Amino acid sequence: MLTEQRAEAAPREPATPTVDRRLLRRQRRSRWDLKVSPYLYVSPFFVLFGIVGLYPLVYTVFLSVHDWDRLYYRRGGFNGWANYDFVLHDPVFQKALVNTFSIFLMSSVPQIVLAVVIAALLDGQLRGRTFWRMSVLLPFAVVPAAAVLIFGSLLADRSGLVNQVLAQIGDWPVLHQLGIGPVAWHDHRWWSHFAIAGMVNWRWTGYNALIFLAAMQAVPRDLYESAALDGGGKIRQFWSVTLPMIRPTMVFVIVTSTIGGLQIFTEPRLFDDTPNREGGADHEFMTSTLYIYVKGIEDQFYGRASAAAVILFVIIVAIALLNFGLTRFLTRRAEK
Amino acid sequence: MRKRTAPTRRLLAAAAAGSLLLGLTAACGDNSDPTKSAKQESLGEGDQLTITTFGEFGYDELIDQWNQENPDIQVKQTKVALWDDWKNELNTDLQAGSGLPDVVAIEGDYMPAVVAAPDRWVDLSQSEVDGRWLDFKSAAATTPDGALLGYATDAGPEAICYRADLFKDAGLPTDRDEVAKLMTTWDDYFSLGEQFVKNSDAYWYDASGSVAQAMLNQVPYPFEKSDNAVDIENDGLKNVYQTVSSHVGDLSPQVPQWSDDWTANFADSKVATVPCPGWMRSNIKDNTGDPAPKGAVWDVADVFPGGGGNWGGSYLAIPKTSTHQEDALKFITWITAPEQQAQIFEKYGNFPSQVDALSDPKVTSFTDEYFNNAPVGEIFADRAAAIDVQPYKGPLYSDILGKFQDAINRVDAGKDPDESWATFEQDVASLQ
Repeated sequence: MLTEQRAEAAPREPATPTVDRRLLRRQRRSRWDLKVSPYLYVSPFFVLFGIVGLYPLVYTVFLSVHDWDRLYYRRGGFNGWANYDFVLHDPVFQKALVNTFSIFLMSSVPQIVLAVVIAALLDGQLRGRTFWRMSVLLPFAVVPAAAVLIFGSLLADRSGLVNQVLAQIGDWPVLHQLGIGPVAWHDHRWWSHFAIAGMVNWRWTGYNALIFLAAMQAVPRDLYESAALDGGGKIRQFWSVTLPMIRPTMVFVIVTSTIGGLQIFTEPRLFDDTPNREGGADHEFMTSTLYIYVKGIEDQFYGRASAAAVILFVIIVAIALLNFGLTRFLTRRAEK
Repeated sequence: MRKRTAPTRRLLAAAAAGSLLLGLTAACGDNSDPTKSAKQESLGEGDQLTITTFGEFGYDELIDQWNQENPDIQVKQTKVALWDDWKNELNTDLQAGSGLPDVVAIEGDYMPAVVAAPDRWVDLSQSEVDGRWLDFKSAAATTPDGALLGYATDAGPEAICYRADLFKDAGLPTDRDEVAKLMTTWDDYFSLGEQFVKNSDAYWYDASGSVAQAMLNQVPYPFEKSDNAVDIENDGLKNVYQTVSSHVGDLSPQVPQWSDDWTANFADSKVATVPCPGWMRSNIKDNTGDPAPKGAVWDVADVFPGGGGNWGGSYLAIPKTSTHQEDALKFITWITAPEQQAQIFEKYGNFPSQVDALSDPKVTSFTDEYFNNAPVGEIFADRAAAIDVQPYKGPLYSDILGKFQDAINRVDAGKDPDESWATFEQDVASLQ
């Protein structure tokens, strides 16, 4: 429905044949202006992107097929696929990849669901709306490193507050039978993922909720009125009006959070408080971006780190495309 | 007017993008040679000489003093909490060839890597500092060609720090001389620990990692042979690994050294002994709390199981990227001088590596109130004299040590020691 309206609003101009040469020249200039100026206006972004985005990208690919002189930190000779071969056969990389997906699923999925729900609640008639809206954004304003330090000490395996509380209530008769007790937040692989996903969600849910809220506010209110007249309750309105109308925003948030979710770095890096900070002594929560960092900066193999970066890039593009397609497919079906 | 066809347009776009890229590559790919010295400048008004240290070098007061006495060379210190974090930043800066301070603090274990790539660092040898340091300290910073790349700051002769009150509660002797007699070998140390934990809630030592590192400091060739070939299948290393692994269940608190849990154990009176290089005393003091919680009494025994051992001790080096090398040299010559290091020892406990400081009465007669008035000056001087093995450290020592600590931490976290060792072998293979 929306797309049809847009098509009508911009009808094609029919080409007008002219005879006057002067007019032709002026016309040409203005057509030139019409064609080129927009590109000039957007060019600063692309020039900047070329320098800080595209160049490092291409240079990474270039480095990924070269050796690295560890002592002098210099690029060595061309070595073909050797770096890719190393990374793809490195059990640590495979482990990091599994961790990445596990943390991504544990964070992005509940995060988006929760964000939509919070946005829907904030969209209603609330007392002190601005207060609530601002407070969901508060975690986003906290520096990630500071947040991780706080979470890290709350979730310390032995001395952390969370585990002390768990140990206390684990002493109660019924709960004891249920197996409630301290959790190895750092040493147990899946619990550590849960902890990191928790930090990510804590930080990003409010941010995404605000984006959804903005989209929801743009939904014409008369749609709700007519839905209400047709006898649709709040829940039905949410499914049949809100969700379809915020579809483009949904696609945007899902794609960006996929990209972000596959690049989680600060949390696992700082959550590990062994001196190496490689995502746990056994790489329990090492993500692939952390792998890249460890290979490049700690172990000083820039070639291998670059190869891993290229592989991660390909994976993320594939997943983002898949997600994009899937979301469009699903929401379009829901619309019908 | 003929319309351009789509393929031509695409070709044009590709060509434009390509030339843009080429231009950029040409512009950025031209890295200056890191082994060439930077152009020297003099410190102008408001310019500062920069130095980055890690942990606690004890330089705060001394730098204030220097800045007052030398208005022309103002020094600004940046402190990083942990060596490992600073090492990564150092690596990044060295790779970029920029961003390094004028003076860089380097952990002793990393010095072999510096010596292996000498062309990036300024040769600091001058007659004024000949014979200033203990032989093994200056030897570790000297290249085969005789260039001196780092000025040693402190040394890490190890003693045993222990909680006298916990010893008393567990029925062990508390007098430092008597305690010293009970742990002259590692076997004695561990069996005393077994006796201790039977009668106490505390753990015998602070972390498996710290005992492992202490033992490692007595292995002549821990990770590399004299030709720098990596060899981790040697008996010395395996013995350390197996001994420490076998005590994970009973003597170790099973927390990684330097972690939040490790820090908390000190204040909770969960740690009975700590392998204790001079600089460790300020960590113990900070972690336990100063003044100490009621009843907590730390003491130092003039002993180290298996003889002597040196753990840590750092260096100051000047990278060739520094634009004020001469001023930097003046500053580090002053701050690593025996008198200054003796002053640091009094305040912070970092034990001097300078020969003259070792006989300085300020050092030898110093007692530490926090450690039950132990004569720490005398004790650590004795411990320094007892060092008879200097482990051989090749360029990969620091990197492999990190992986080795991971291996120990995995066992602490409940992994099977054999499995963890296999991962360690794999990690080390990945470093080559």
